[in-house]
Amino acid sequence: MARLPMMPELLRQLFRKPATNAFPARYLPPSVTKFLSSVAQGEAAINPPVPVPPKFRGKIAYDRESCIGCSLCLRVCPAHAIEFLPSTKRIRIYVTQCIFCSQCNDICPKGSLHMTPEFLLACEDRYAETQIVE
Amino acid sequence: MNTETTKKSTPYTVPIGPVHPALKEPVMFTFQMEGEIVKSVDFAPGNTHRGIEWMGMRRNPVQIVHLTDRICGICGIVHSLSFARAVEQIAEIEVPPRADYIRTILHELERMQSHILWAGVAAHELGFDSLLYLSWRVREQSMDLIENLTGNRVNYGIVQVGGVRRDISDEQLPIIEQGLSYYRGLLDQMKTVFLDDSTIRMRCRDHGLLSYRDAQLLCAIGPTARASGVAMDVRHDYPYCAYGDLNVHPVIPPQEFGGPHGDVYDRIIVRLLELAQSIDIIQQCLDNMPAGEILWEKKIPKLLSVLKKAHGEAIGRVEAPRGECMHYVRMDGNDAPATWKVKASSYSNLMSWIPMLKGEQLADVPIIVASIDPCMSCTDRVTVIQNGSAADLTKEDLTRLSRDKTRRLSQC
Repeated sequence: MARLPMMPELLRQLFRKPATNAFPARYLPPSVTKFLSSVAQGEAAINPPVPVPPKFRGKIAYDRESCIGCSLCLRVCPAHAIEFLPSTKRIRIYVTQCIFCSQCNDICPKGSLHMTPEFLLACEDRYAETQIVE
Repeated sequence: MNTETTKKSTPYTVPIGPVHPALKEPVMFTFQMEGEIVKSVDFAPGNTHRGIEWMGMRRNPVQIVHLTDRICGICGIVHSLSFARAVEQIAEIEVPPRADYIRTILHELERMQSHILWAGVAAHELGFDSLLYLSWRVREQSMDLIENLTGNRVNYGIVQVGGVRRDISDEQLPIIEQGLSYYRGLLDQMKTVFLDDSTIRMRCRDHGLLSYRDAQLLCAIGPTARASGVAMDVRHDYPYCAYGDLNVHPVIPPQEFGGPHGDVYDRIIVRLLELAQSIDIIQQCLDNMPAGEILWEKKIPKLLSVLKKAHGEAIGRVEAPRGECMHYVRMDGNDAPATWKVKASSYSNLMSWIPMLKGEQLADVPIIVASIDPCMSCTDRVTVIQNGSAADLTKEDLTRLSRDKTRRLSQC
């Protein structure tokens, strides 16, 4: 007699809700780009993503005013995502290159760098305005 | 493939790979078959070389720690911990006890999610996809715990040279306890679902055999070696982090399951029992967690200047979910290390495929290949290209390369 201990669990599954969060929409839209642009215009609603944990490391935020241009962050960035601009003594961060380790946040003596909870960063142009933080 | 290897008479050749639906990661297999039976097998790794060591030798240790997170998607802590331990030994940095405990907790959480992931993959290879989905659903709890403690799901970035970057706060302790009790409640069910199932037993018992002697001769490590009865575990044999204070013993298949056979079924048993062991270890850590600092040096510029002055070489050893992982680092007073060599755990286990696969049917190949939990992308450290095509190295070439390297290393 074959033993199939999975059977009761499988039958129970029939009456349970799926564990997967259907993000961004319950069913895959024919074009995700079109769907997202219609969401931006307020025509369609997005199924919200799973909330991010506390102290999540998302897109980097830079406070230009408090920065002193010490360029210590350049020394620890593993991805060489930070560029120093000698003319203004400020930095420029390329988000497409950033690996979200937040090591620059730790070393910054003025606390000018922060990680935001923003994580939907996909973009077709790596030099788009949203992909460069100055 | 050249014409010599495609013979029509027996034994005939069946190539699988380098990229194939039955393989999770790129590796090239060449089987000599007689009917359905594998007569002999050869394999060639080296298809996913990414040059991480090259990148590392142009960066300082604080940068490399985050690079090591990316060697493997599953063993995020393992590689960074191993590298950090090597650098700490060179620079004689003493890690605060609290940091050691936090490292241990995360290390074990990672082992839990890795073993459940493997269990799901094994079920999938057997054609048992409902079990794959169920095991990956319960894996989410450990991923959520890791995410809560470190900030991210996969690339944790929690290990720093000389400690950890994030403390476990009092509010997080009940969340860990809750996660542990969730898994405690699941253990029996998981054991029943995996070990009492006739299908799994039929497909895995006495398949992919690796004898105790072969496991020792081929230097197999981790769950692969333990399933063959070799009682070895870096956590027990060479304690690091907080393991010296804790009660850790190598898990070998117990007598109630008939003792170690060294087959695929035993590898499932070992991993399931290690899941229980990991829960126990985390509980011990939570009970004995000391208070205090979590970093040897909070100021990163100061840490960098200490590391720059460091001279010497060291090996960082860590028991990864797949076996022992080793990082060799040599520092010579520059920002970047002079040498950084990674030995991922799968590297030592790959050779055990050859005795395992001999005499098996072609249909058993996917589960046997998956049974050692191979991680090719972590393992591939070398790709040899000559005149635009991959070339074989003769013994003389290797000797020459080896001598050159000794010379290069002795200069620094």
